[in-house]
Amino acid sequence: MSLDVLGPLLPAVPFVAALAGFLLPLRSRAAAAGLAVAGAAGALLISVVLAVRLGRPFGTSVDWIDFGGLQVTFGVRIDKPAALVAIAVGVVALAVQVYSVAYLADDDRYPPYAAQVSLFTAAMLLVVVSGDLIALLIGWEVMGICSYLLIGHDRRLPEAPAAAVKAFLVTRVGDVGFLLGIAILGIEAGTFRIADVLSSLPDMSSTTLTVAALLLLAGVLGKSAQFPLHTWLPDAMAGPTPISALIHAATMVAAGIYVVFRLYPVFATPDAPLVVLGVSAAITMLLGALAATAQDDIKRVLAWSTVSQIGYMAAALAVRAPEVALFHLLTHAAFKALLFLAAGSVIHAVGSNSMSAMGGLRRGMPVTFASMTIGLGALIGLPPLAGFFSKDAVLAAARGEQGWVAVLLFGVGLLTVAVTAWYAMRLWLRTFFGEPRSAAAEHPHEPPGTMAWPVVLLAVPSAVLGFAALSDRFGESLRTPPPVDWLGEYTGPAAQAIPVQAAVELFHVGVETIWPLLALSFGAGVAWWVWRRDRAVDPASALGPLRPAFASAFWLDAVQDALVVRPTLALARAVRAGDEGGVDGAVEGTGRATVGLGARLAGWHRAALPRAATAVLAGALLIGLAAAAIGGVL
Amino acid sequence: MSVLLVATLALPALGALVVALLPGSVDRAARLVGTAFAAAAFVASVMLYRPGATGWFTYGANAGPPPIRPWHEVDVSWVPGLDLRFHIGVDGISYPLLVLTTLLTLLCCGYTLWLAPAGGRGRSLVALLLIIEVGIAGTFLALDLVLFFVFFEVVLLPMYAVIAVWGGDGRRHAARKFVLYTLFGSVLLLVGVFTVVAKAGTADLTELTGGVGLSRTTQLFAFVLLAIAFAVKSPLWPLHTWLPDAHTEAPTVGSVILAGVLLKMGTYGLIRVGVGVAPEGAAWAAPVLGTLAVAAIVVGSLVCLAQTELKRLIAYSSVGHMGFVLLGIATLSATGIEAALIGNIAHGVITGLLFFLAGAIKDRAHTGLLGELGGLRERSPWLAGVLGFAAIASLGLPGLAGFWGEAFAVVASLRHGGPLWTVLGAVAAVGGALTAAYFMRLLRRVTHGPASPAVASLSPVGLAGPELVAWAPLIVLALAIGLIPALVLGVAGDPVQALTSAVQR
Repeated sequence: MSLDVLGPLLPAVPFVAALAGFLLPLRSRAAAAGLAVAGAAGALLISVVLAVRLGRPFGTSVDWIDFGGLQVTFGVRIDKPAALVAIAVGVVALAVQVYSVAYLADDDRYPPYAAQVSLFTAAMLLVVVSGDLIALLIGWEVMGICSYLLIGHDRRLPEAPAAAVKAFLVTRVGDVGFLLGIAILGIEAGTFRIADVLSSLPDMSSTTLTVAALLLLAGVLGKSAQFPLHTWLPDAMAGPTPISALIHAATMVAAGIYVVFRLYPVFATPDAPLVVLGVSAAITMLLGALAATAQDDIKRVLAWSTVSQIGYMAAALAVRAPEVALFHLLTHAAFKALLFLAAGSVIHAVGSNSMSAMGGLRRGMPVTFASMTIGLGALIGLPPLAGFFSKDAVLAAARGEQGWVAVLLFGVGLLTVAVTAWYAMRLWLRTFFGEPRSAAAEHPHEPPGTMAWPVVLLAVPSAVLGFAALSDRFGESLRTPPPVDWLGEYTGPAAQAIPVQAAVELFHVGVETIWPLLALSFGAGVAWWVWRRDRAVDPASALGPLRPAFASAFWLDAVQDALVVRPTLALARAVRAGDEGGVDGAVEGTGRATVGLGARLAGWHRAALPRAATAVLAGALLIGLAAAAIGGVL
Repeated sequence: MSVLLVATLALPALGALVVALLPGSVDRAARLVGTAFAAAAFVASVMLYRPGATGWFTYGANAGPPPIRPWHEVDVSWVPGLDLRFHIGVDGISYPLLVLTTLLTLLCCGYTLWLAPAGGRGRSLVALLLIIEVGIAGTFLALDLVLFFVFFEVVLLPMYAVIAVWGGDGRRHAARKFVLYTLFGSVLLLVGVFTVVAKAGTADLTELTGGVGLSRTTQLFAFVLLAIAFAVKSPLWPLHTWLPDAHTEAPTVGSVILAGVLLKMGTYGLIRVGVGVAPEGAAWAAPVLGTLAVAAIVVGSLVCLAQTELKRLIAYSSVGHMGFVLLGIATLSATGIEAALIGNIAHGVITGLLFFLAGAIKDRAHTGLLGELGGLRERSPWLAGVLGFAAIASLGLPGLAGFWGEAFAVVASLRHGGPLWTVLGAVAAVGGALTAAYFMRLLRRVTHGPASPAVASLSPVGLAGPELVAWAPLIVLALAIGLIPALVLGVAGDPVQALTSAVQR
């Protein structure tokens, strides 16, 4: 099949699997599982074929609809980075689907769940390959609604519905900006086709571009859970664990980073957007890592670590090293999917998310222990695991860029390495070492094969993907390709003018590498040392008075509640009262007044005979007078 | 083909007559006959489609296109003494609305076949629905201003009867409010129509469009009258308060017709008559119209956020959604009017579905209070699933029908430029987020959590076959229009272009 056909098929295959899955009756588990796995496997296969056969970037485009001269097209635009991200999405989606078959074995709503995962995959792939901003927006928002449906899937958890609503609404608030940003770009370019938008950037005023980029950034911050729109992600842990893996690894949160990468000239031409992104990234990295230090729920630790790690990707984007951001996105996709699925196995065995109920699990679950160790090692950047290379590349990129934002990001990035090592060490020790702290933890068991295999297979890229940095071809594949038009021809002036760091390399082992390694050793060492003193005590107790602040992530949920949620609801109640009392009251009042007036007039007409006779005579007299007067005048 | 055009109006009229004359002993058979007539009218309206009529070439190239170029038309003398003509026609602007009207009437008649609401005889309800269809379809087809007014008014009394006879507990008050409020609008419409007809010397919309022969003052005066009349019908904040009562008290099929197509008479009238006949007036009043439209979006969403009754919430959501449609119209641009057209259709499909669902839930649980509902997905997963789909479609999720109208009303507003319209576009976009908020709240209250006593005793649990038959076309359309917006706009592009260029001349 030619690439022109394969490109659009990439999102279409899981989409069809989703549509079919939604129509299945609730009891047909096997058919649902087959469809779901086939959809994900099909998407993975297509993305691999695309990546292998892709030479230079190509695109397809057909007219979709025309709104009074504004052109909306439907088409794909596939380059090497898109193909690589599509592979990551395919791998994670396939792992999640296979894993879910066993993980949701006793769930009576499995078919819609599997269909929603397929739809989620399709939406993410649409974002990855879309050649048009409107189609991209469709994928972007459908992902939001899928996250809502899946986070709210677990009907036994009382907090799940609220978490689902929060995830959708917080991202939707950001998406107000995203829509407006897309609208501005489309209006300026006269079309929403990405290639045309990028090639007409030089014609746009810098104010327009800055406004558009900042508006888009609001959507990106929401989707990628960056400060101040990060609050939904930890609560999203109410979703089933495979969903957490899906949302955190390759879809949803990755989408924000990917969109900045995809539209990099929009963000990088003016200065302000990258400064905003950089500051947000610095706050997010450290805030996420600090919040992770004090969580007891194993999934919440991982959730906050995602917030923090996405911060690294945003940091790389902010220092004009988009290929480094993409590199960290790919390694993170592998190890974070691994960590969540392994955590799911642990939860499956222990029957609780709480680390207080774990301990000593390494003896009963050696495979999960080994996989999780690789995942955590990659997370903290332990050489030679994947995360080491990508995180080191981010820090090197920050060192290589001028300006205060880069300095800030380097400093905070280094500090975050230490904090990350601390909480990862704590998670590792609290879960797998020491004495079991609950009855279930005393006799843990490895999960069934369909859950174990995805975890083991994900451990491979988590361990070795970093070495890809040694290959120049890989580095070349991640570089933002110059914009091409829909025929694949390189277009105009923007082609030369993508403002990125020229000499970024993905692989840097040198004297400077000592700094992150020192930070890592320090963080991990402190956690180890604290834990050694008393193995029964949570190392988080060493945080002392800071612990509640970290555990509640600096009370930002409460701030959001007080500043946005409650005022909006109060306003809603006031508007409802005003609308029903004021506006409708005026209408009802007019009605009542008219009826009242009529009743009064009717009352006057029901007079007793003497007064009625007088009135009639008086009327006759008046008419006579009037006639005489008018007649006289005439 | 003009036979078909007449048939679209004659079939339901004839059907209403036949159904009303059938004796009471064959009530079900009478409803079946009515449904058959509705089906025939639907087929006739669909067959009016004329592919190939959409090319730009069909309009004269140099002389400027005629503003209305119907695919089919019938133009006969009606009351020669008063120089009234029976002039109807269909083009790309009216065709989607016409088909939506006949489709929804068919679905409602079919639904009545299965479940006739209490309060009156089922066949009378079907007959009234068919008369309402005649009025609404006639409004969309009329190319003569006086005829337009006549059809516009035909709808009023049957709808009054539907609400007052088959409605809920507060039906009399709601029906009276509906009829009086819209009559107030009608009076203004009447004055507006005759102002235009008297000044221009013709009532033919094809000649009037573009403001030909009307002075600026006349146009301003006429537009204000017409706009208020249509604003009551659409409804535009703050002239909307008949709507929540009427929608809430009307029987399910009444609400579906009300929200689905009756409101569209207002927006369609605004596009074809208001903007078309008095463009200078429209341009003059556009900032006010746009501001009120955005106020409707925000107020409607906020009221929904604090609403406690299911049907009332959906009714108020119409205020917000029609706000987007009116914002699109107010920009007076091709982008905005096309957004308004697809927004109209999408709202008809999705809100029609939502009212069907609200009716199904209220019939089963015997309450519509959000506080008493809950856990629907525990008890009735399919009903909850369809409700979820309809709510998601209604909040404007990209990829479903509701998205295009709302997003492109915002785009049109931003494209219009200037500080006012930029702010209006941005606030409307925020209104989109509020819309998401209240639908999320609705779903959380109704579908999530443990089953409430009212929901736990709900019966029947599953979906009845006739319900599926009535809903399935709407579900499919909500998805299909979302994926292929050209289904609606494919035929509208050129007439809209012609209209806006006539307006800007």
